Amino acid sequence: MLTFHGEADLPILIYTGAEAAIYLERWFGELAIRKHRVAKPYRIAELDQSIRQYRTSHEATILREVRKLSVPAPTILHVDPDSSTLIMDYVKGITLKEELESISKSERRSRFSMLGACLASMHKGGIVHGDMTLSNVISQDGRLWMIDFGLGNLSTEVEDMGVDLLLLNRSLRSTHFKFHSDLFRVFITSYLSTIGSKRGLEIVEKMKEVERRGRYFERG
Amino acid sequence: MSDVRDVHISPAGSGIHPREAAEHHSEVAARVVGDSLKQAGILADNLDVIAIALGPGLGPCLRVGATVARSLSSYLRIPLVPVNHAIGHIEIGILTTRASDPLVVLVSGGHTAITAFSGGRWRIFGETEDITIGNLYDMFAREIKLPSPAGPQIEGLARKASKFVTLPYVVKGNDVSYSGLLTASLARLSAGDRLEDICYSMQEVACSMLAEAVERSLAYTGKKEILVTGGVAANKSLQEKLEKVAEIHNATTYTVKPPLTGDNGAQIAWTGVLSMQAGLTTLVQNSRVKPKWRLEDVDIPWRS
Repeated sequence: MLTFHGEADLPILIYTGAEAAIYLERWFGELAIRKHRVAKPYRIAELDQSIRQYRTSHEATILREVRKLSVPAPTILHVDPDSSTLIMDYVKGITLKEELESISKSERRSRFSMLGACLASMHKGGIVHGDMTLSNVISQDGRLWMIDFGLGNLSTEVEDMGVDLLLLNRSLRSTHFKFHSDLFRVFITSYLSTIGSKRGLEIVEKMKEVERRGRYFERG
Repeated sequence: MSDVRDVHISPAGSGIHPREAAEHHSEVAARVVGDSLKQAGILADNLDVIAIALGPGLGPCLRVGATVARSLSSYLRIPLVPVNHAIGHIEIGILTTRASDPLVVLVSGGHTAITAFSGGRWRIFGETEDITIGNLYDMFAREIKLPSPAGPQIEGLARKASKFVTLPYVVKGNDVSYSGLLTASLARLSAGDRLEDICYSMQEVACSMLAEAVERSLAYTGKKEILVTGGVAANKSLQEKLEKVAEIHNATTYTVKPPLTGDNGAQIAWTGVLSMQAGLTTLVQNSRVKPKWRLEDVDIPWRS
């Protein structure tokens, strides 16, 4: 994903996601990430503009709250909603989605145990991620960083937390189905032990309910 | 191949009543079976297999079809093959568009799902967390007394809009949620906003949300084809938006053409052929209907 050979290459486009273009650049001498939410031609300008501006400033707010909980996440260095741009710390590593295929079973389990504790700390602190997939977790020498909080929220609703679990479960099941049931079990065990089993089981139940809801809907 | 249908139409301002729909199905079933044989130009004696749509769907309606299928199978002494109706939408779509490895966007009254094939099954990458996009249109239409399915009329009204009204846009990961959009659209309508403006804004928000969920799934899976099928695939606004998504990611869009977008017997028959070739027959005593049969729970041995 990253082809960074030296200073001469900067700034360099390192990743194009569904929402944003990610550049590596120098920001007052330090390596930093510039995240630019690009305009979407499939949305009318009025709607598109307000979504991108909102998510940009909102992501900065959420990231600040996440860091207060000691959950590893990049520090925001600069926010510019008008151009839908964020400048933040550069976290060097690869996404958990990519890493899973190349590490051992015990390493995979240790990552998911760590992820369970991270997400539980966020939920305990009243933050939901909103886009909890394996591409939004960066692994750096065994340490996990949470990124991409544009769809995040300050919420203590059981439903919102259940959706985080649902999205993670789906992300694992759809792309890593061979490891899915084992790793999700490891994740849940760790999640429950951090958040507390009473609250945690309530959230797990909600996850199942939300999943059932979207399936074949009977028109009444 | 033949494709004969007789579709139950519910009265304007009311939804589908499962019992009334089932009564309709049992009244027309014999004639539809006879007409489809006539159209295909074959005799019942020449049939090799009966495909039975076990789900997902409304229980009473599924049971009518299943009863007809079981009777034909026992009388003609030929095997039954169970078919999942969502898989039917996908297979007929792939057959008629010649897509090879698509991200499938299944949009109808019963489904709003984004799925791709991997490791023997269709895996769900995104879907609705409450009502489907078809429900959104139909439930809105029911409140304003338009007959269902209401997509074409709402699209028509949307073309006469003069302004965009802000409505809730809810994307969660690769998922969408439409219930808040429905409530807000109806609330704005009773607060005095013009119907045309609401139709336009609701459609704009609903289709943009889905386009974003598809774009996220496309980025996540790295697929290079988008296949759009199901009754709502005929919606022009949705088609345009998905084509723009494809363009951004150098992907190709395939849209299934009506009449094969909506529910139809041909898709069940075709998927039945694929299932039979893979040896998936069942016995009458095991052919219980499954109203909530999930598409990602179906093993697909004929695809790799």
